[in-house]
Amino acid sequence: MRRMLLTVAAVVCGGLALSDFAAHGQSSTPAALTSAAAMSSASDGALVAQGHALFESSCASCHGLDAQGIHGRAPSLHGVGALAADFYLQTGRMPLPYPTAQPMRTRPAFSQAKIQSLIAYVASFGGPAIPTVNVHQGSLSRGQQLFALNCAGCHTIQGSGGIVTGAVAPSLGVATPRQIAEAIRIGPYVMPRFGPGELDEADIDSIARYVQSTIHPEDRGGWGIGRIGPIPEGMVAWLLAGTALLLIARLIGERMREQA
Amino acid sequence: MSRLWKAIVAIVVWRSGRSRSRHGTDAVSPQADVASPRYVDPTERHTGASTGVQRAVVLLLVGCAACGFGFLALFVLHPQTQLLGLALGLALALLAGALILAGRRLVPQETLVEERPRPQDDREVREVAARVDASLDGITRRGLLAGAAGVAGAGLTAAVVIPVVALGPGVEDQLSHTPWRAGRALVDDEESPILASDVRPGSFITAFPRHADKDNLGSPVIVVRVDPSELRPPAARAGWAPEGIMAYSKICTHAACAISLFRSPLNPSTETRGPALVCPCHYSTFDVLDGGSVEFGPAGRALPQLPLAIDAATGVLIAAGPMSGPVGPSWWGDNQ
Amino acid sequence: MSAPLPSDRTAGPRSTGLPAREAQQQRSDGRRDGAVEDAVGWVDERLGAARAMRWLMDYVFPDHWSFLLGEIALYSFLVLILSGTFLALFFDPSTTQTVYHGGYAPLQSQSVSHAYSSALNLSFNVSGGLLMRQTHHWAALVFVAAITLHLLRIVFTGAYRKPRDINYFIGLTLLVLAILEGFAGYSLPDDLLSGMGLAIAWAVAMSLPVIGGPFAFALWGGRFPGASTFESRLYIAHVFIIPALLAVLIAAHLTIIMIQRHSQFPGPGRREDNVVGTPMWPGYALRSLGLFMALAAVLVLMGGLIQINPIWLWGPYHPYVGTNGAQPDWYLGWLIGALRLMPNLEISVFGHTLVPNPFFGGVLFPGIVFTGLYALPWLDRRFISRERARHDLLQRPRDNPRRSALAAAVFSAVAVVFAAGSADRLFFQFGFAYEGAIWFFRGAFLIAPVLVYVFTKRVCVRLARERAHPLRSWSGQVVVRNERGGFESGRS
Repeated sequence: MRRMLLTVAAVVCGGLALSDFAAHGQSSTPAALTSAAAMSSASDGALVAQGHALFESSCASCHGLDAQGIHGRAPSLHGVGALAADFYLQTGRMPLPYPTAQPMRTRPAFSQAKIQSLIAYVASFGGPAIPTVNVHQGSLSRGQQLFALNCAGCHTIQGSGGIVTGAVAPSLGVATPRQIAEAIRIGPYVMPRFGPGELDEADIDSIARYVQSTIHPEDRGGWGIGRIGPIPEGMVAWLLAGTALLLIARLIGERMREQA
Repeated sequence: MSRLWKAIVAIVVWRSGRSRSRHGTDAVSPQADVASPRYVDPTERHTGASTGVQRAVVLLLVGCAACGFGFLALFVLHPQTQLLGLALGLALALLAGALILAGRRLVPQETLVEERPRPQDDREVREVAARVDASLDGITRRGLLAGAAGVAGAGLTAAVVIPVVALGPGVEDQLSHTPWRAGRALVDDEESPILASDVRPGSFITAFPRHADKDNLGSPVIVVRVDPSELRPPAARAGWAPEGIMAYSKICTHAACAISLFRSPLNPSTETRGPALVCPCHYSTFDVLDGGSVEFGPAGRALPQLPLAIDAATGVLIAAGPMSGPVGPSWWGDNQ
Repeated sequence: MSAPLPSDRTAGPRSTGLPAREAQQQRSDGRRDGAVEDAVGWVDERLGAARAMRWLMDYVFPDHWSFLLGEIALYSFLVLILSGTFLALFFDPSTTQTVYHGGYAPLQSQSVSHAYSSALNLSFNVSGGLLMRQTHHWAALVFVAAITLHLLRIVFTGAYRKPRDINYFIGLTLLVLAILEGFAGYSLPDDLLSGMGLAIAWAVAMSLPVIGGPFAFALWGGRFPGASTFESRLYIAHVFIIPALLAVLIAAHLTIIMIQRHSQFPGPGRREDNVVGTPMWPGYALRSLGLFMALAAVLVLMGGLIQINPIWLWGPYHPYVGTNGAQPDWYLGWLIGALRLMPNLEISVFGHTLVPNPFFGGVLFPGIVFTGLYALPWLDRRFISRERARHDLLQRPRDNPRRSALAAAVFSAVAVVFAAGSADRLFFQFGFAYEGAIWFFRGAFLIAPVLVYVFTKRVCVRLARERAHPLRSWSGQVVVRNERGGFESGRS
């Protein structure tokens, strides 16, 4: 885990934790960018301007006019990079209904084009690019171990989501590998975050692969009843088996009485 | 779940309809009187199974045999759990159907009245008591004998119980022992040393003492980092958190579960709650800024803290001393 | 199932009213005809068992569906013995580590215990293994559920009163043993959930005043996760010690029932000194065997079609890993609820703990509930019925409103605690804050029993007054058109 890939990893992901790490500007390698973010610098300027306009109307009331943050409402976005913007906008977590709400996954509030312009605008303040996840290079077994050690405490070992005192850890059933990687680096809301020193790229590939496997797990036993263990099992035992057996008991508990 | 719910509703509806249709035929209550037209003679006996019932029982039995052989074939050729369960379950269900139908419709339906054996008088009791008393005839030192028997019992009990209690003196030592010593390096689950520079605000790292048994309850700790200015630890723990990096035992002081939740607000300015470690079993919540004190939940005492230092040469986190208290759940007489 | 014969059995007055049977009995020429008589004769000449067989065949079972709850528990036990024997042939109770190389990819080449690895192999690589394991687990859930319902029936109908108090104590002990047996089984596979459950069990054992530390050390052979021999101790308890105790107590339970005969509900012709119902042979034997087969069918179908405790999804246990939403099987849900509801009280003197927190939820609460249940016959004599007569006729719940209300109130308190045990999952689905839920349940634990007591008492009094049966009658009126064209209504 601690194979210090200071050469590449720090450039890609190093700047996310504190704004004082965020002096990297937009020097991220274009290869690490995906989709529309990797476009020519000519249209880039237009996209950023478009994003700026949209930001002022939709985001600035909390994040401030220049995305420098407003204390008590929302943090500065300088240095969070395309990674964070992509995560929050593509999962519909932003914009929030009110500043202290827990960001929950929902349908994205903006169209894909608007999201790309907002990402470009936020990325213009510097910060890590959108990570690339190679799920197939990950090790399923190592992913299971890392997930059990770092993630299962909140999200449950099957990624079905759980609770913390004061917050809800979401189910991971609909999270894409890229969103998983982004969340690991950001630590959204009250989630802890994991830098490249704790979980490197290969570790994240493995975790994403494991999470993918939990979406379609091996239900060799039959109907999975939610895969969260004894609560649904107890309900099935009482409601299904209990009802069936009580009906049978009711049926045979008394002798036939001829209808006189 | 919704399918299950629908099935239950359907059963309830069917059941209520059924009980309505049966209404009146088996209204048996202590008040029912023999002259009433609905009174059923308890000793009635009905015989005569219809050929339809007999045929149905035969069909059910044949079906049971077919499913049984089907199970056998599946077991040999294609032992898939769902198919095996269906075949064996159906075989049993058809047999159950045959037996129940036979029990209710095929064989004579009869009601018997049996006398309940009840003790008539206590003559037998008195005779037994007299026999016991008679066994003491001619014994003069009854008290002494009873006392001796009591002493024997006490001695045997002590012989059995003391070995268990003898485990006691070692308990305190064993429970207080952890592998942590001053200078011992913190490593991750693959034995790589943990660098102080890798621990950043919001980090949540499970660490172990280098070259120690990771399954030992005293071993696992959680390493987190907060802004040193926010720390309000007990006075005696000044210097335990270099650069705001802290380590707490990962074993809950309530019921020994692994504390595998770290509530770490990304934007503290909009959060009323600070960073806390939470146990997933009973949701005991420990305040990391306040020396691991209990914020919520059933845990009775704070999470033990491991004083840390940073090795000047390598930048590796090392223990600066032993744990601040006994690791894991409390017990009678432990030294908090 | 052996029962002693009452000495004056044949002299007892019988009202069978069966001409055919009397004719059979009168044929006493000593010559046998027919294969059945040959077979019975063969046995009787060797064991003298014909009289016992006749007694058994005429043993009378009162007709009521609720009397089958105990039979469901008995037959679940038989299913457990059969499926458990199969599992024991493949399970390796050892926590020695091995490298997993089975067919399940996410655990490939992880270091796991032999126990976990063999549980995975018997699930995946043994024909019918998973079917048996799942059937075994479902049977365990149904076993304890049936005992619990049976206990509720006994309590609400006053069946624990003299002369059935001894058998009631045996039944309660069976419930305690069944819960322990279930927990031991849940703990054996050494998966993540079983390990977390054992950690809590260890903390609860440690929390016992005075003896806690030495007691837990003696059981586990040291500090949790314990000596390497702990798994074999758990195994021998699960497959031999507790099942043997269960079997012996079940035999005693049935023997005592057969000595005393079944209790029965009041009804026409039913008195304290008789039993009215279906004789064992042939109708009842067929019906009861049918119940056994139906239960086995339900359990096997569920074992094949509905996944239970997929240990491969949980992964192996280590003391330093945990998962959110970890739960015990339902019958321990009330204990995890009690542990969660308990405020963070820990009694200590001069920095030394006297009573650790898990004691309250894990020992004191179930201790009070079971002490109350064991004391019920005495409480009934002293406070509820206030009489000590022998009763072979049962009371219906409405016949004794005070007892029914008290039982319902205690049950509701346990039910609230039980619900609190799964509050995290329920509230995850609905998005309520956990702390609020805990405070809600703490309040409900105090308030619900009072409300339930008052409500149940009123319902019982009213039902007794109206002589209505809550399940078997309806409160509507039949309206009949009379010959003059008008309508008449009357109670049906």
